[in-house]
Amino acid sequence: MLRLHRRGLMAGSVALAAALALSACGAKTGENETAGGVTADTSGDTVKVGLLNSLSGTMAISEVTVRDAILLAVEEINAAGGVLGKKIEPISEDGASDWPTFAEKAEKLIKVDRVAAVFGCWTSASRKAVKPVFEENKALLFYPVQYEGLEQSPYIFYTGATTNQQIVPGLDYLKAQGKKSVYLVGSDYVFPRTANKIIKAYAEANGLKVLGEDYAPLGSTEFGTIVNKVKTAKADAVFNTLNGDSNVAFFKEYKSAGLTAAAMPVVSVSIAEEEVKSIGTQYLAGQLTAWNYYQTTTGPANDKFVKAYKAKYGADKPTSDPMEAAYTAVYLWKAMVEKAGSFEVEKVKGASDGVTFEAPEGLVTVDGATQHIHKTARIGKIGDDGLITEVWNSGSPVKPDPYLKGYPWATGLS
Amino acid sequence: MKALTEMNPRLRAWLGFGLGALVLFAAAPALLSDFRLSLLAKYLCFAIVAVGIGLAWGRGGLLTLGQGVFFGLGGYAMAMHLKLADAGPGNMPDFMELYGQLDELPAWWAPFANPAFALAATVLLPMLVAFGLGTLVFRRRVRGAYFAILSQALAAAMVILLIGQQGTTGGTNGLTDIDGFFGYDLDDPVNQRMVYFIIAAVLLGLLALTRQLMRSRYGELLVAVRDSEERVRFLGYNPANVKLVAYVVAAGMAGLAGALFVPAVGIISPALIGIVPSIEFVIGVAVGGRAALLGPVLGAVAVAWAKTALSERFPGTWTYLQGAMFVLVVAFLPGGLASLWGMVRRRRETPPAPAPVTGDQALIKEVAV
Repeated sequence: MLRLHRRGLMAGSVALAAALALSACGAKTGENETAGGVTADTSGDTVKVGLLNSLSGTMAISEVTVRDAILLAVEEINAAGGVLGKKIEPISEDGASDWPTFAEKAEKLIKVDRVAAVFGCWTSASRKAVKPVFEENKALLFYPVQYEGLEQSPYIFYTGATTNQQIVPGLDYLKAQGKKSVYLVGSDYVFPRTANKIIKAYAEANGLKVLGEDYAPLGSTEFGTIVNKVKTAKADAVFNTLNGDSNVAFFKEYKSAGLTAAAMPVVSVSIAEEEVKSIGTQYLAGQLTAWNYYQTTTGPANDKFVKAYKAKYGADKPTSDPMEAAYTAVYLWKAMVEKAGSFEVEKVKGASDGVTFEAPEGLVTVDGATQHIHKTARIGKIGDDGLITEVWNSGSPVKPDPYLKGYPWATGLS
Repeated sequence: MKALTEMNPRLRAWLGFGLGALVLFAAAPALLSDFRLSLLAKYLCFAIVAVGIGLAWGRGGLLTLGQGVFFGLGGYAMAMHLKLADAGPGNMPDFMELYGQLDELPAWWAPFANPAFALAATVLLPMLVAFGLGTLVFRRRVRGAYFAILSQALAAAMVILLIGQQGTTGGTNGLTDIDGFFGYDLDDPVNQRMVYFIIAAVLLGLLALTRQLMRSRYGELLVAVRDSEERVRFLGYNPANVKLVAYVVAAGMAGLAGALFVPAVGIISPALIGIVPSIEFVIGVAVGGRAALLGPVLGAVAVAWAKTALSERFPGTWTYLQGAMFVLVVAFLPGGLASLWGMVRRRRETPPAPAPVTGDQALIKEVAV
């Protein structure tokens, strides 16, 4: 026992000495920091950008398509001469569907590769994990996926929809269709829970009844109970925030319970063309989705995007909303850099307000104050061919409002 | 070489610790960039968990597939304190205002505002849970595969609980965005270094403690329980208590590792404590060699380092390479990396006294029990 004490003492004193020696010069919290992050390496004739997507794990099936769309944009920009005369050099890292890994890889891209900007992340959890990394190092992230709002990091540009560009228009559409009650079904994580909080606030103010709210664990395939509850509740519509594989089981169960799109439509906010393909159109035909872009969206910019994507990756590969938002993000970054005349993060941020791009979804404009973008909201109906066709749109791009400040019913949410 | 093997074991241990201290305190900080050093800090946290698993599994034969739970308890206890400290007195952590719809701090959060309570909880809370579970399980003579399944079920249950209570636990996001560590700004590279040194010192300290445990009479008893529980019972010992001590100590180490992980990485989330990370802890130990003292440490660091290095170089295919690595080690080095040294030694002389059971034989035995 004596020997043990001696060794413990030795290790303890080493630790203490080290801690004391070092704590003398570290900054305390709240102290002003003079050093501000890592500057991007733009000395060569190329400029590096980071691609941070899950290439393995459960999210890979979705995130790989986003990476492919980013690479397409990079290739097009390079073919047209690059950004500020420099070719873009993409550096891809695997977030592995694991949030701490996302943080590690973000730090690697910023500190080791010294990239000028990073494009990627899908789940809210991965975004929350990397957010402090980008803020500490004063580096830029472009986040291309629709999300639950209530966030505004000074170092993130959100090119997917916030809630008032997707969920609120979806509810407006149901209301306009004369629906009086909804049932909420979602996966058990941050996005569905926050989205449903917003939906309930909206419902209360708009005379819509919420007849039930159920969550299934991520990846769950057991929906007998939930579908039964939905069926007995006899809601006019279902608002679906399920993610990934759970949708397959849910829609199969929904159909076998005798529920139809005509009698009780399901509005989904996480099912795009790629997911329709994997779930099976026989279960989805006639159901509704809320997004800002569909492969069928009309316009020359989208024709070009779809054609280029299929030429590069295969004729059977559909394009979807997150892919389009990621593709658009690269072009928006290019436009901001060119407006700023510099790759420096603060200058790029300063130049961001009012930057526009003729995106596949139509004209998008960056709102410098929130670092979100003006996007057109679109409700679509899933067809027998697996494509989604638009049945309603907001007419013009909707101004982003991540904290729903412009909606009186939403006070108290944030 | 020959001289080293014949050296007084006590002297050899001192030499080993000196060498370890030299590598961790002098060589690594001098050679690695701030970013790589912070990654090493993370690996060393996994190594601390591995030391505990080495004791419980390697020496005690307890296949603990649920160490993530204890890692998580320690990590959350620390993160809760740091979040409360960041928010300042009287304020709620940022995520609670976003997701919680709460008017005031939940009662079970309040004590964590006290640094002494939180620090004690990082170690004692996991030990307490392990004690409760261990008492129930070992007294009823649950062992082998049943114990492994039970420990894994606990990990799954803990993840479901944390995700379900999003308003008060942060849900799938976990607790992120941690700025300070007992008043020190974690953004400052100097403070990050300090965290690294603390972790390295804790690892060395725990190695010393574990070595002492393994060489003590208790250590002999633990090995005896692993190899033949019934015989130990007939000798008049209670194997349940022997196993309980190893399990509780391993849980305490995992809790401490979780607590140190939080300032080193800045996040704790259910993704770090579920079934998959719990199995990854064990894989590290198996690769390194579970019965040796340093095997688990080397294995945990090697596996974590290989994950980073392979995924940086081959972002598309690294998972296959990692899988191939595990297969190779299990196929050709069943005793893990640590057995390499022993293999060299065995060529020259007769096998050393406490010959550990090799990995795959033991696994077969455990599953068959």
